[in-house]
Amino acid sequence: MILTLLILIPLLAGIIGFAMSGTSAKTLALVGSLATLVVAIVISMGGDTSWSTPWIPRIGTNFSLATDGMSNMLCLLTAIVLPVVIIANWNKEVEKANSFYGLMMLSQAGLMGVFLAYDAFVFYIFWELALIPVYFLCSKWGGEKRVPVTFKFFIYTFVGSLMMLAGLIILSLQNPGLSSYSFESIKAAGAALDPATQQWVFWLIFIAFAIKMPIFPFHTWQPDTYEQSPTPVTIILSALMVKMGLFAVLRWLIPVLPEGVAFWSDTVVILSIIGIVYASLLAIVQTDIKRLVAYSSIAHMGLMSAVAFSDTTVGTHGIMVQMFNHGINITGMWIIVSMIENRWGTRDMTKMGGMATAAPKMAIALVIISLANIALPLTNGFIGEFMLFNGLFQSASPYHMIFMVVAGLGVILGAIYTLNMVQKVAYGETTEMISNKDITTNEYVGLAIVIVLIIFLGVYPKPLLDMTAAISGVVLP
Amino acid sequence: MKAIIAATIIGVILMFTGILVKEKKGMATFAAILFFLLLGVNIWELSTIDSNQPQTFFNNMIRIDRYAVWFNTLMTGCTLLYVLLSGREIQKVGAHTSDYFALISFMLVGLYMLAGYNNMLILFLGIEIISIPQYILAGSDKKNLKSSEASLKYFLMGAFSTGILLMGITLIYGATGSFDISQFTFLQADALNPMALCGIVFLIIAFSFKISAAPMHMWTPDVYDGAPTPFTAYMSTIVKSAAFIAFIKLFHISFGNLGNSWMMLIAIITAATLLVGNVTAVFQQSVKRMMAYSSIAQAGFMLFAIVALNATAWQGLMLYTVTYTVATMGVFAVLMKMKDYTYDGFNGLGKREPLLAFVTTIFLLSLAGIPLTGGFMAKYYVLVAAVEQGQVLWLVIFALLMAAISVYYYFRVITAMYFKQGSPELSSPVTPSDKMMLVVTAVIVILLGVAPQLILNFI
Repeated sequence: MILTLLILIPLLAGIIGFAMSGTSAKTLALVGSLATLVVAIVISMGGDTSWSTPWIPRIGTNFSLATDGMSNMLCLLTAIVLPVVIIANWNKEVEKANSFYGLMMLSQAGLMGVFLAYDAFVFYIFWELALIPVYFLCSKWGGEKRVPVTFKFFIYTFVGSLMMLAGLIILSLQNPGLSSYSFESIKAAGAALDPATQQWVFWLIFIAFAIKMPIFPFHTWQPDTYEQSPTPVTIILSALMVKMGLFAVLRWLIPVLPEGVAFWSDTVVILSIIGIVYASLLAIVQTDIKRLVAYSSIAHMGLMSAVAFSDTTVGTHGIMVQMFNHGINITGMWIIVSMIENRWGTRDMTKMGGMATAAPKMAIALVIISLANIALPLTNGFIGEFMLFNGLFQSASPYHMIFMVVAGLGVILGAIYTLNMVQKVAYGETTEMISNKDITTNEYVGLAIVIVLIIFLGVYPKPLLDMTAAISGVVLP
Repeated sequence: MKAIIAATIIGVILMFTGILVKEKKGMATFAAILFFLLLGVNIWELSTIDSNQPQTFFNNMIRIDRYAVWFNTLMTGCTLLYVLLSGREIQKVGAHTSDYFALISFMLVGLYMLAGYNNMLILFLGIEIISIPQYILAGSDKKNLKSSEASLKYFLMGAFSTGILLMGITLIYGATGSFDISQFTFLQADALNPMALCGIVFLIIAFSFKISAAPMHMWTPDVYDGAPTPFTAYMSTIVKSAAFIAFIKLFHISFGNLGNSWMMLIAIITAATLLVGNVTAVFQQSVKRMMAYSSIAQAGFMLFAIVALNATAWQGLMLYTVTYTVATMGVFAVLMKMKDYTYDGFNGLGKREPLLAFVTTIFLLSLAGIPLTGGFMAKYYVLVAAVEQGQVLWLVIFALLMAAISVYYYFRVITAMYFKQGSPELSSPVTPSDKMMLVVTAVIVILLGVAPQLILNFI
C-alpha cells in the first residue's frame, strides 16, 4: 500500500497545483516531492514489498506494483532529483508557474509508476503517461524551436511505445485461457516462444526502449530536445526518463525474451558502442554547452546499454550503480549549465571564460561534477564505470576485447570534451557577463546535495552496492 | 422492439409539434426529454431480455439479442448526450427545428433495425431509414450552397451504394434462396459459388460506402465538411456505428465460415482506409475537414473488428463505437462554438477559454489513443482481436504506425490552443450549461479509459 503513495503524492500535488497560484504551486511541488522522498527512503529501507488490486479483469491486468533493488534505487533517484531541481530553480521566473510545477509533479508520478509497475499493461500505461506532461512542458516553456522539436521527440517515442504495445499483446495472448499481463505470465510466455519468434518480438519491444535510452541510430531526437527544453525538464529527461529505457530492458526484455536477447545482443552492443564513440566525437566539436552535455549523456547511456546486453552479473550490478550516479551527476551538470547560461546570457562556450575568477564557488562545483562525469576515482562515477568495464570484459561474446577497447576509447574522448569544456568556461580571460553573481542560496543547496552524494558514494559506495546487489543476480537468469 | 415502436412514436410527436407549436426555443429541451424517455424504454427492454434467449419478431425477421439492445441503449444515450451538447446549435441551423429532431429520432429507428435485423429486407429497410434523414439533414442549411452540394452529393452517392447493396442482396438470394441471414450457413459447402461470392463482394462495397472506407470514401470529406456542423457530428458517429454493427453482424453470422474467400479483401480495404484517412488528414487546414478524414481513419480501426471476427472483436467494436462517438461529439461541440474552423482559429484558445481547451485536449487524446482515455482501450481491444485472429499481424503493425501519424494532426490542434498566440473568436458565448455538458463528456471519456468494463460487462 505504501508503494501507491509514491505515485499518489506527486499525482495529487500535481493536480492540486494546477488550481493554485504560481508561488504556492511551487511550494506545494517542493513539499510533495520531499514527502515522496521520505516515502522512498522508508521503502528502500523496508526491502521488498508489493501491492496488487484487480483493475480490468477482462484483459487480465491487475494494478500491481512491486519493488526490488532496482526499482528502489530508481525511485530513490527520482525522489532525490525532483526536489533538487525545484530548489535549484527556485528563483527562476516561470510563466504560468502553477501549470509548470503541476506538470513536473505529474511526470514524476508517471516515472514512479514505470519503475514500480509489476504488470505489463500498467507498465505500458505509465510509460505513455510519463511522456504526456513532458510533451507539454517542453512545448510550452522550451526554447525557440520548441514546438517542432518536441513534436519529433513525441512522435519518435510514441511510435516506439506502440510497437511495444503490439509486442506485449502478443506475449499476453500466449497465456493459456484468458490473456494475462502479470510479470510472471509475461515472462513465462516469452520464454515459451520458439527462438525464431522471440527474435522478431524482441525488436517490437526493444525499439521503444532503444528510442528512449537512446542508442544509436535512434538518438536523433535527443540533442535537439535537450537543447530546446527548459533546464528543469532537461534534467527530468536526461537524469530520469532515459533510465526508463534501461530499466525496461533489464526488467521487461532480458528476462522475458532470453533467446531473442541472446541472438541480438552482439548487434545491440555494437550499436551502443558506435553510439559511444560517435556521440563523444560530436561532443568534442560542440560549442553549445547544452548540446555538449546532451551528447555526453548519449555516450554514457551507450556504455550502460552495451553492458546490459553483455550478460554478466558484475556488469548488471555496475549498471545499477551507474544509473544512480549518472542521474545525480547529470543533474548537477545541468544545474551548472543553467547557472552559466544565466550568468553569461549565452550557451556558446567560445564566448565564455574566467568563471574561476568571477565566480569561484561555481567553478569549484563545475570541476567536481565534471570530474565525476569522467569517472575519476573517489567520485561516484568511478566505481560504476569500473564495474561496467569489468562486465564488458567478462562478456561471453567472442568480440568482448574489441568491445572493451572501443568503449574505452569513449572514456578518453569523454575526458577530452569534459576537460576542454571546463577549461574554456572556468579559466582563461574573463569575458563579459550579464550578471557576475556567484552562487545563490538555493543553487547552493541544490548543488551541495549533488556534490555530497558524488563524494560520499565515491568514497563509500557500499549502501548503493548493497541495495542493488540482490537484483543483479536475479535479472539475468 | 419496444424501442423501435417508441422511437417511431417520438419521431411522429416531434414532427407534429413543429406544426402545432411555432416556438423554436424550447424545442431542444423538449427533444432531450423525449430522448431521455427513449433511453428509459431501452433500459426497460434491456432488463427484460435474457442473455441466452434472443427475442424474435415478425416471423423471425427481427431478432434482438442482449448485445443489440445494449448497443441500442448506448447509442440512445449518446444521442441524448448529443442533443444536450449541441441542441442549441441545432436550433440555429434553420427554420424547421422540430423536424431535425424528428429526423434524428427516425434515424434511431433505423439504427435499432440495423442492430436487430435477421433478414436482408430489414437490413435494407434499416439502411434506407437511416440514410434518407441524413440526406435531408445534410442540406438543412438551405441558404448555404455548400450544404446543398453536400446533400446532393450524399444523396447521389448514397442512392448508388444502396443500388449496389440491393444487387448484393439479390445475388445472395439467388445463391441461397433465402433472405434470412441465419439460413446462409450452408454456403460453406460450395465456398466458390460465383454468385454468392459476387454477392458478398457487392455487399462489402456497399457497406464500405456507408462506413466511408477507402476507396469508397470520396464523398465523406465534402459531405461532412459541407453539412451543418451539428449534423456532421451525428452523421460521422452514430450513423457510422450503426453501419458497423450491421456489417459485422452479416459478415460474422452469415459469411464468417467463408472468411478465407473475402478476408483478404477486407484486410486490404482496412489498410487503404487507414492510409488514406491518416495521411490525407495531415494536409488539411480546416479542423472540420480534418475531423472528416479522421473519421475515415477511425473507421479503419473499427474495420479491424470485421477482419478479426471473434468475441473480442464484438466487444472491441462496441467499445470503439461508443468511445469514438463520445469523443467526436465532444470535439464537434467545441467546434460549433468556434467562428473560424481553421487551425489558426484555435490559436490561443488555451488562454481565452481554458476549460474549452482542456476538454478538447482530452477528446483529442482519446481519438489519438493515449492511455487512460476511452480511445486507447478501444484501440487496444480491436488490436487484440486482430492479434488473436493470428493472420493479420502485418496489418496490426501498419495500423500502429498509422496511429502514430494520427497523433500529428490531433496534436496540431493542441499545439494551436496552447503553444501559439492568438485571439480566437467564438461564434456564441460558452454558457455554464455548455461547460457542464462538456465536462460530463470528458469525464465519460476518461471513465471509459480507466474502466472499460462499465460497457463490456453488460454484453
